Amino acid sequence: MKRTIFSNQLLPWLLLAPQLAITFIFFLWPAGQAIRQSFLREDAFGINTSFVGLANFRALLDSPEYLESVKVTAVFAVSVTVVSMGVALLLAVAVDRMLKSARVYTTLLVWPYAVAPAVAGILWWFIFNPTIGIMPYVLDVIGYDWNHVSSKTDAMILVVIASAWKQISYNFLFFVAGLQAIPASMREAAAIDGAGPVRRFFDITFPLLSPTTFFLLVINIVYAMFETFGVIDATTEGGPARATNIMVYKVYFDGFVGQNIGSSAAQSVVLMLLVITLTIIQFRWVEKKVEY
Amino acid sequence: MIENRPGLNILAHLVLILGVVIVALPVWVAFVASTRSATDFMSGTVPMWPGPHLVENYARMLDSGVSTSGTPPVARMMFNSLVMALSIAIGKIAISILSAFAIVYFRFPLRGLAFWCIFVTLMLPVEVRIVPTFQVVAGLGLLNSYAGLSVPLIASATATFLFRQVFLTMPDELVEAARIDGAGPMKFFRDILLPLSRTNMAALFVILFIYGWNQYLWPLLITTDAQYYTIVAGIKRMADAVDGLPQWHLVMATAVLAMLPPVAVVIGMQKLFVKGLVETEK
Amino acid sequence: MASIKLDNLGKIYPGGSRAVGGVKLDIADGEFIVLVGPSGCGKSTLLRMVAGLESITEGEVRIGDRVVNKVEPADRDIAMVFQNYALYPHMSVRQNLAYGLKNRRTPKAEITRRVDEAAAILQIGPFLDRKPRALSGGQRQRVAMGRAIVREPAAFLFDEPLSNLDAKLRVAMRLEIKDLQKRLRTTSIYVTHDQLEAMTLADRLVVLNAGQVEQIGTPLDVYRRPASTFVAGFIGSPAMNLIPARAVPHLPGSAHAAVIGIRPEDLVPDPDGPIEMQVGAIEELGAQRLVHGKVNGADVTIALPSHGELSDRLRLNAAPEALHRFDDKSGKRLD
Repeated sequence: MKRTIFSNQLLPWLLLAPQLAITFIFFLWPAGQAIRQSFLREDAFGINTSFVGLANFRALLDSPEYLESVKVTAVFAVSVTVVSMGVALLLAVAVDRMLKSARVYTTLLVWPYAVAPAVAGILWWFIFNPTIGIMPYVLDVIGYDWNHVSSKTDAMILVVIASAWKQISYNFLFFVAGLQAIPASMREAAAIDGAGPVRRFFDITFPLLSPTTFFLLVINIVYAMFETFGVIDATTEGGPARATNIMVYKVYFDGFVGQNIGSSAAQSVVLMLLVITLTIIQFRWVEKKVEY
Repeated sequence: MIENRPGLNILAHLVLILGVVIVALPVWVAFVASTRSATDFMSGTVPMWPGPHLVENYARMLDSGVSTSGTPPVARMMFNSLVMALSIAIGKIAISILSAFAIVYFRFPLRGLAFWCIFVTLMLPVEVRIVPTFQVVAGLGLLNSYAGLSVPLIASATATFLFRQVFLTMPDELVEAARIDGAGPMKFFRDILLPLSRTNMAALFVILFIYGWNQYLWPLLITTDAQYYTIVAGIKRMADAVDGLPQWHLVMATAVLAMLPPVAVVIGMQKLFVKGLVETEK
Repeated sequence: MASIKLDNLGKIYPGGSRAVGGVKLDIADGEFIVLVGPSGCGKSTLLRMVAGLESITEGEVRIGDRVVNKVEPADRDIAMVFQNYALYPHMSVRQNLAYGLKNRRTPKAEITRRVDEAAAILQIGPFLDRKPRALSGGQRQRVAMGRAIVREPAAFLFDEPLSNLDAKLRVAMRLEIKDLQKRLRTTSIYVTHDQLEAMTLADRLVVLNAGQVEQIGTPLDVYRRPASTFVAGFIGSPAMNLIPARAVPHLPGSAHAAVIGIRPEDLVPDPDGPIEMQVGAIEELGAQRLVHGKVNGADVTIALPSHGELSDRLRLNAAPEALHRFDDKSGKRLD
């Protein structure tokens, strides 16, 4: 709260006008439409719409396809989060030991943040290409027949790797910042108490890092659920046999390709509720952090 | 450092080098592929070392592209991406800093409501409301236009919050001194607030430029006219088209070109980039 | 230059709590007024109401012969020096000084002349092209003063301008401010919680407590004849002893006063004195020593020369004119 404020009444509205206009036209109105459409059903020709109450939602819950998508999303989001955070934490702990070379390593590790998810998808899709990619060649040597076009597991692994790869740099930066915020005296005290490096990590560093870890957990789940559309579309397009058909991809597919507006809108509403929940969790965390 | 254990340090270096290699691997492979000719991929596996066709492939892509895929020359798509990224970054910063100024430095009726209207956009990524947003943009006749590419993406609660935070930490006495010095609200905004927010704006710009450049779903949906294709969305169309006839060297050259500007921004402005990243997540 | 008149000035916050009430004060042209009181007494609010940074809910402020209640701060012809200086961090010292003049469309040549003149007075000429962060605390303080001087305003308003400086610099700057104000003869209102600063700077003191004026007067008047127990305890260091009258029944006037005030330096050892003090802690200050103790259960402090032995019982006396008598309920002075 500012103590001194300007007393104009009209000016603040003029200042807010551009943002409010865009927010209303491109955010609130479409969100309202999604909610409205989720209660409607169009006939086959798209001429008549009728109010159907919660039927669209009920249909979703009854649809094995949708439940499968929810499951796929959960597996995908958890895998991406675990892989990218695990690798990032390992790298961050290693960089934290470095004095002179920390900067160089950081530069060499952060740039994938700038790579578009869709491009990341294309890159890994190329590497794992069953006919000419390197990885299938390498895997063939150890006796694994890689084919993400036909194998559900392979397809899932591919999109997880591509999505996690891009997110490593982000997690790495926050872990490094989190590690640097831990006072050296804590680790020194533990060292004097006779704890070795591994013990020190699990007894001191990791618990003190937990605010960062929790924050990244939420951010990574949000990333995996909502920002990986490009990865999926550039690689598997949800296939094979819907094995990588995450919820965001399904909203798009049902709405634009399947032209099933009512169902797509109901899915949008479910996703909005999910984002709101995640945002609230994140804000709760921020509040807590402030209290400390 | 608490103790000197050379073994641990070597292990740390090994982990980091391995990390750098894994992180760089796909880009290296793409780069190698982009320096080869179409025949190099017939034999089986992708080669691991660059070939002699770098200049040839890149020149061709920038200049004419792959006509069979229906995409324009890559130079054109990069220009479109640049326009989109700059419009989004500048637009977001402009409207956010104005609204943050209004929220922090004025008291007016319904101020709380305005704040909440902006706040909820935090919870509505374009992907989850994609169909109705598309309908709105189509209804406004903004398909296949730069305005359609950028304007719907420039409302941002994150940027507004960032500037709000920056303004809240500025001492009250600055406004008071300015008022006594005869500065009205807009003069205060221009002479004092803007210059003092410069590094925050620059840091935010780096993040938003990357955000804008990397947009995929939105440009894919609202551009059907090849003249408006952006490179990130165009590359998929190109890869799809060449699926039957594998012109991997050209697709990968395009991928490298698509990465180049945002990666250059991150590496060239690493400090601002890190600042922007950390601040937008507060 | 102008006189300033506060007529029944008061402030009630939107929530209903009162910050300041019923302040009446006539400030003569060129006078140096110090508002002093503990934190939260409303002195800053009062100053900010004069500046126009805080809205006025009761009464009037006049600067010269103009009522300025609704006038913008910039149009009140005042300049203010803030506690944290509020220098614009991105502007050079010169730009900081010139900003207010530029906004008033002062001609360029005139701005240059005034800035150079202020820089000469305050000896900040060598720093004119530096940014504030490249200056020391004392230099920043001078720039803040310079920003006020260049405006050649009708009045200077100071909001605890020295409290961010270390003790030594604070004393030096105090003298400079006094000197400067003598030279410029600009009406000044100065807010501080430091009673020593208030005593040394003021032509007249305004002692505030809980949003009300306790006393207005010259520093010596206030020191010699504090109007209430609050003022008596606040002005002067070490603080005046406020002893319940029944603890010192032999002193003149203790029959009809509730509280007797005696300054520590006015209580002198006298073998036949009527007051007996049990000595407690002793603080050696070098030139003098402060002796703390009890008189019939009441806390008393006296100031003695720093030599000689002390017994643990002292007999003390005080001259009749050194006694201040106060009422119990109101705390007001009785004579």
